[in-house]
Order: sequence, then C-alpha cells, then structure tokens
Amino acid sequence: MGILSYAAKRLSIGFFIVIFVSLILFIFMQLLPGDPITLLTAGERVSQQRIEELRRAWGLDQPIYIQFFFWLSHMLQGDFGTSFVFKLPVVRVVVPRIPATLQLTITALVISYIFGIILGTLSAVRRGMLSERVLTGVYTFLYSIPTYWLGAMLMLAFGFYLRVLPISGHGTLAHLILPASTLALPNIAIFARMMRTEVLETLYEEYVRTAMAKGLPRLVVLFRHVMRNALIPVTVLFFLELPWTIGGAVIVEAIFSWPGMGNLLYRSILMQDYPVVMFIIFLISIFTVISNVIGDILTAILDPRVTLKG
Amino acid sequence: MLASEGVAKVTKEASGYIKLIWSHWSARTGLIISIFIILIAIFAPLIAPRSYAQTDLKHRLEPPSPDFPFGTDELGRCIFSRVIYGSRIALWVGILVVIVEALVGVTLGIIAGYWEGWVDRVISFLSDSIWALPPIVLALGVVTVIGPGISQVVTAIAIVSWPPFTRVSRAKVLSIKNREFVIAAKAIGESDISIIVRYILPNIIPSILVLATLTLPTAILSTTALSFLGFGAQPPTPDWGDMIAKGMGYLQIAPWISTFPGIFLVITSLGFNLLGDGLRDLIDPRLRI
Repeated sequence: MGILSYAAKRLSIGFFIVIFVSLILFIFMQLLPGDPITLLTAGERVSQQRIEELRRAWGLDQPIYIQFFFWLSHMLQGDFGTSFVFKLPVVRVVVPRIPATLQLTITALVISYIFGIILGTLSAVRRGMLSERVLTGVYTFLYSIPTYWLGAMLMLAFGFYLRVLPISGHGTLAHLILPASTLALPNIAIFARMMRTEVLETLYEEYVRTAMAKGLPRLVVLFRHVMRNALIPVTVLFFLELPWTIGGAVIVEAIFSWPGMGNLLYRSILMQDYPVVMFIIFLISIFTVISNVIGDILTAILDPRVTLKG
Repeated sequence: MLASEGVAKVTKEASGYIKLIWSHWSARTGLIISIFIILIAIFAPLIAPRSYAQTDLKHRLEPPSPDFPFGTDELGRCIFSRVIYGSRIALWVGILVVIVEALVGVTLGIIAGYWEGWVDRVISFLSDSIWALPPIVLALGVVTVIGPGISQVVTAIAIVSWPPFTRVSRAKVLSIKNREFVIAAKAIGESDISIIVRYILPNIIPSILVLATLTLPTAILSTTALSFLGFGAQPPTPDWGDMIAKGMGYLQIAPWISTFPGIFLVITSLGFNLLGDGLRDLIDPRLRI
C-alpha cells in the first residue's frame, strides 16, 4: 500500500471518530436543560413565527435520527449556533482563541520532549546504577504532581516571592514561561519513559554491538546509532500527546488567565454557554484526529520496519 | 485440602508476594508510601486534632503554629485536620472510579476478545474513539450535562477512562483463548460463561491489578482536578482539589492553604505510581497503557 492510500485510510477512520464525537455532543445537547431553539437563538426574544421557522430549518419537527443528520449537516457547513454570552456565532468567538492555545501547548510539548529525551536516555545508559533510580524517581515525581497545584506553587515562588515572572496575562515571552512549564513538567515522564524503553531495546541490537566492537567511542554510538532510532517513536509521541496537552491546557489556562480556547471552555461551562462548550469539544476532537493521523504517517515514513497495513 | 492447609497456602503465597514486592526498590518505596496514606485515611479521626468542618472566626488565615500545624483557612478551619480527613475522600473517590472503570472495561474487553467479530469491532471502535480524546475535555462535557457533585465526578471520569482496561483484557483474552486448556474445556462442552469465569478471568486478573494500581493515581489526580475547577465535592467536604482552589484566592497572604493539600496529593499519587511501576516490572513488563 502506498503512503497516500494509507493516509487516506487513517483519515477515513478519523472521519468516523469525528462523526462519533458529534453523536456524543448531540446526545449531550439533548440531555441539557432547555429547548434547542433557546440554545440556537441565545435566549433572545423571538416571535412565534420565527420559532416555527427555526424548528423547520433545524428539522426539530422530524424524528430524532433525522434531527441528528440535520445537526450534522449544519455542523459540516460551519454553523454551530450562537454564543449565549457573546451573542455572536460560536465560530467567531472560538477561532481567534486557537493561536494562544497552540502557542502554549506546543511550547510545553517542546520542553517536555527535550527534557524527556535527556532524562530517558540517561536513565537507560545508567541502568542498574544509583543514578538511574534518582533519574526515574525525578520524572515519576514530576508525573505525580497535579498541574493545577504545580501552577499555584510556581506562581507563589516566581511571581510572589522572587517577583521575576508575571503570574497572568499574555503577550511577552516572560508571560509564557510559567504556564508552559506548568504544562510541561508532568509530561516529561511520558517522553522519558518511552525514550528509556527504546534506548534499552536499541542498545542490544546487533548493529549497535557491531559499532561498539569496531571501537567507535561510546558517545558516538549512542548519538549516531542508538538515539537516532529511539527518537522515531518518541517523535511520533509528540503528535499523539498534542491533543492530551490541549486537554491539560484547560486547567493551566484557567489558572494563569491565558486567553486561549481552554480558558474559554472553562468560563463557558461556568456561564452555561453550551454552544461554545460543544464547539470547543468538537474542535479538540478534530485536532486529536489530525494529530493522530500525522503520528501514524510519521511512523510509516520514518520507520521502514512498519508495513503499511490498515 | 484441609482448611488449615488452605490458610497455610494463602499465607505462604501472600508472604511470597510481599517478598517479591520488597525485592524491587520502586515497588517497595511505593508500597510503604501507599500504606502510610491508607493508614492516615483509616485513622483520620484519631490523627486529626479537630473536626474538618469546625470553623473558628477568631483564628482566620493563621500561619502554621503548634496549635494549627498547617495553619488555618479563611473560615478559621484547621488545615491539618482537613488535609487528614481529605485523604479519605481522595482515596475513596479514586478507588471507586477505578472499580467502575475496571468493571466496565474488563467486561467489554472480555466480550470483544472472546467473541470477536462485529461485537469486537463495535467495542474496539468505541474504546479507541473515547481514548483518542483528551479525557479531561470529555469529562468536562459530561459534568456540563450532569452537573457538579462527587458522584457526578466519579461518573464523568469513569465514562472517559475505561478504554485501557478494555484494551488490556481484550488482548489477554485473545492470547489465552487458543491455549490448550481452553480448547479442551470447549471440547468437553463447557459453557462460554463457565470457561470465562474458570479459565480466562484468573489469567487476566494479575495484569488488571497492575493496571488498576497504575490507574489509581491518575483517577485521584483527575477527580481532584474536577473538584479544583469547582465541579466536585461541595462544602464543607474536605476535598484536596477544592481546598487548593479555595487557597488560590489567598495565595499571596496565606499560601499554606493551597500548599499542604497539594503536598499530600503529590505523596499519594507518587506512592501509587511507584507501586504500580514496580508491579508492572515484576508481573507484566510488557503491559502498555
């Protein structure tokens, strides 16, 4: 199978996942208190005639499964309803917030990727020594810290005591440091663990022993042969972790008043701005599917051992 | 077998397991920490000097002192007592979530692995789709619909995080069901249910226990995260997540309110993570979540 048809197959599975998520969101909308028309008109006063029009336009006079297809087709046309709070189409409320969220999550992922690789490689090379225990202890410890508490403590240390970093807001690099570190530190373990496993597996491969036997310096073997191969799955993990990090960003954005999608999601839940809530969840599911497909395709391209089967 | 022999066998097996755990440094450290937290939860009324709900407006926002070891909060409640009682909530809610996840996940996983075919395809699609999405986002969607509260939080987290149990048990069933003892049982006409209960279940339980231990800290962190965001326990329940959230408003003048519950949260989660990592190394090194 060629790479293109492989990609097409992964994408079509992703498409079904998006449909499935829409179904879940549709069920959520049905379970929410209030009439869908109130949801659509954002609680404005509308005439009886207008309500009838809307009911027909959204197929609300039809059976429930037909309603779902109506809803789906509206969504596929980019019509997600109106925000109760902002009185604007939700797309216009949410989309401008995406760049801030991506800036935060990608910075955090790059930090945890780099530190994960370093800690993972070190703990693999030092296997069985005391320093291995210390290293795995450090990243297990980081992994055990709840992000929201870590955020509070970093705020306390760097914002209140040392007064070197701003504790909220957005704009300069200094504003990015605390939220990005909060999001990054617990994630280091995920990269470090995978890197450690991969390095350990690669260390005992035939070609690595050959390289050692040839008398190449250990560090050269480590960088040229071991790490290069171990990096493939860890790099793929970068894309698989992206959606989960966007999920974690909800809490971090809320703590640091970061003007992104996650913070908006949190505030919208509190203000019961359901159309915005549903749209953000839908958007994150699309991000998830896309980054999973990228991850799969990268594996296929980078790792020649993977056969391109469905 | 005589009853006394049975007891002797169980005791011997148990001491064997403890020796095994003791031989692994991460499992050993994790076990000690976990037992420490469990003991705190059990003996909370004996350890805590005050009730978790007792307010004292004369002693608001006081820093740690011999009288109030961890200080007091904005209502003059003793943080130390609240943190100690909070271990009960954290453990109880976390364990409840893991039990629900495991029951749902393992049942679906066995069904998918044992019968395969379209049932398997439907279950696998469901679990892959749910697991593909960031759990906290989906859980927030669920609490938006069902509202705040502890049982709602348990439901929300359980709904979004059963798929690992399905994956692991499905894979195990697939590898076990073609082994000779299962085929033999089928040949002599044993029913499917009896085969599952007598031959398959005992063989997947060790992996499920490892997975459950590894899932517990995640469950505790996610349920307290929802409490932190205000969707969990309602006052005056001493929930660590909620206590940290309340303390955020006083971070500058009374940092101890948020600091101490967080330290206990980290210790608890670290203990079970270390124990789970160790058990995985010992029992099922190839287990991937």
